[in-house]
Amino acid sequence: MVPMIRRMRRVALLGVLAALCAAPALAQDKTLVMASTTSTEQSGLFGHLLPLFKQATGIDVRVVAVGTGQALDTGRRGDADVVFVHDTVAEEKFVAEGFGLKREPVMYNDFVLVGPASDPAKTKGNDIAAAFVKIAASNASFVSRADKSGTHAAELRLWQAAGIDIAKAKPAGYKECGCGMGPALNMGSSLPAYVFTDRGTWLSFKNRGDLTILVEGDRRLFNQYGVMVVNPAKHPHVKQALAQQFADWVTSRAGQDAIAAYKINGQQLFFPNAER
Amino acid sequence: MNSIADSLALAWQLITTADAALWRIVGLSLRVSATACAIGALAGLCLGAWLAVARFRGHRAAVWAVNSLLALPSVVVGLVVYLLLSRSGPLGSWGILFTPNAMVIAQSILVVPLIAALSRRLVLDGLRDGGDQLRSLGASPLQSALLMLVHERFGVLTVGLTAFGRAVSEVGAVMIVGGNIDGFTRVMTTAIALETSKGDLPLALALGVVLLGVVGLINGVIMAMQSRTSLEREVYV
Amino acid sequence: MSSDGVSTSRVAAPAGTVPHESDAAAPLVRLQHAGVRFGAVQALRDINLALHRGDRLVLVGANGSGKTTLLRLLHGLVPHEGRRDVQRSAQGREPVSAMLFQRPFLLSLSVRFNVLLGLWLHRVPRAQRGQRCARALQRVGLDALAARPARALSGGQQQRLALARAWALQPDILLLDEPTANLDPGAKREVERLIDALAADGVTVVMSTHNLGQAKRLATRVAFLDAGRLVVDLPVDRFFTDALPAEAARFLKGELPWSR
Repeated sequence: MVPMIRRMRRVALLGVLAALCAAPALAQDKTLVMASTTSTEQSGLFGHLLPLFKQATGIDVRVVAVGTGQALDTGRRGDADVVFVHDTVAEEKFVAEGFGLKREPVMYNDFVLVGPASDPAKTKGNDIAAAFVKIAASNASFVSRADKSGTHAAELRLWQAAGIDIAKAKPAGYKECGCGMGPALNMGSSLPAYVFTDRGTWLSFKNRGDLTILVEGDRRLFNQYGVMVVNPAKHPHVKQALAQQFADWVTSRAGQDAIAAYKINGQQLFFPNAER
Repeated sequence: MNSIADSLALAWQLITTADAALWRIVGLSLRVSATACAIGALAGLCLGAWLAVARFRGHRAAVWAVNSLLALPSVVVGLVVYLLLSRSGPLGSWGILFTPNAMVIAQSILVVPLIAALSRRLVLDGLRDGGDQLRSLGASPLQSALLMLVHERFGVLTVGLTAFGRAVSEVGAVMIVGGNIDGFTRVMTTAIALETSKGDLPLALALGVVLLGVVGLINGVIMAMQSRTSLEREVYV
Repeated sequence: MSSDGVSTSRVAAPAGTVPHESDAAAPLVRLQHAGVRFGAVQALRDINLALHRGDRLVLVGANGSGKTTLLRLLHGLVPHEGRRDVQRSAQGREPVSAMLFQRPFLLSLSVRFNVLLGLWLHRVPRAQRGQRCARALQRVGLDALAARPARALSGGQQQRLALARAWALQPDILLLDEPTANLDPGAKREVERLIDALAADGVTVVMSTHNLGQAKRLATRVAFLDAGRLVVDLPVDRFFTDALPAEAARFLKGELPWSR
């Protein structure tokens, strides 16, 4: 009996090792790791775009979707081959530090301010800074993600543009949930409250309740995306050729058209603006 | 409440429509956790048996360390493994970050203390009854310990199921080292976390129900196998 | 006391013991001023005992008097003070001991595997294991139950299995710790019969028991322990007829407290 157990253990060990060895072998065909953001992935863009890219080039893109800061950090560590985020200042720093090759603009989407249809703070229009001033003045309820995401960073910049220092003097109705876009919208829907959100999440959000878009179209609400190939000088294993193919394709006619073609409920989400 | 009823209905719908994406995710969850438990069992049972009988300076410290690691948060394991496997880390050349293999490694590390601590207890309790007899028959301390594990194999099975439960239900480690890549490293728990952060709570809950259902099915099969091969045992247990 | 013809220096034997007649061979196990301590408790003290081949030594005494510890000391399972010498064969082999406990510990495997396990642990060559196992089971009458789970057996059958497991090792010394204490009269008789048969085959037997009738039936020599000391060590006929030291006499009459 006991020799039988020893044999069983040996077999189990070999089986496990074989399974572990098999997997890396499969990974040798054309794959790419892309670090991007949760809001981009959740908008559904990648589900639409990447199959087209694969058709065109045969390359499988594996998207690791995390917060903007973490995505750039992933690139710095060399754990991704290409980085695709929406924080121009941070991206330019990334390239300046030598972690990325050229930064190329790809597309923009925009943020919108949603709120209760009754609009107690009278924010409706296309001036986001004015809207924020009115919200602060009327102590209307406002839900902020407060999670250091790209959306949160954009929101804070706009409060600054409105002349309000959130860190020092929060308006009475300002609520910080430390949560993702979906839960923040849920909260806004039930309170009700104003919420600063990206259009993509809003378009696929099902639990709107009384909320509607109140402020849109302000240039300051535009959210610019950029793509960068991770610098092989820092991380020699980076699949530079494949990563460059992605950067080239997404800024090419074919890629830009694919981006424009992505719609939710008939509404276009992302607006291609590559410099080609 | 409404959303729970909705979720149960949605869960049923997911199961009956045999959604291919869902079953791929379920399959990956089971494969990763089962492999991790197999590796963890190999290491953990040997470690537990050895800790039960070994006598050396620092032995008590080793037992204390294993017992304390029972409370290791999964996200901490994930972070440590991430730092090890990152290209900027010592094992970066393996290139397995953001793949299922990294997830297996992280979950194995997670379950080894659990299996070691519980199997050590099984061995000690067994040796209290039969340690003398096995020594009399000529068994070395380690042989006695391993024989106790064979003797208490149903107890060992429970330990294995406990470890599997810990592995399949954790989200912190696999999220960090796997990256929750759609179609590649997305497992049940990371999918649930994703749907939750998207605000789609009924779907998240439904996925949770599916996960529990699958694990319940596995346990049911194991119980049925057990009672078929040990009819007499039921009388004594 | 008279010298036994073997040139070892010996302290005068205490009253109530008879130094054993010397065989030409040295004893299988000899204890001299041996003691066993567990932490603060002295379980055995100043034990002088020579176990010869063919002896059937029965140990009697109250619970806690040290019978089990003495069995384990003879087996070599416990660290000890004093001297414990064993007779080695021409090849330097020590005598093979096997021990039975009051409640036999059997693995949750089949009857057959339990015997095979003992053979495997003793490094018996693979080719011989099957045959020795089968013969041992036959000897105790369990060959029909070889495939049954060992734990499903009755108390008497389990003890017989323990005997088979021990006998398969071809031991020089068989040590038994109250082997029939938990058995009904029928099973008791069976087990006694087997012990008798094994002893007749030449196995040296050391057994502890509370059953004085059993001692009379099986022993060639009886020893009485009290509070860790070996107080009496006499041939069986003399043990039950001679004038004994006070504690031993009271024990036989049932007047000693049942545990010390």
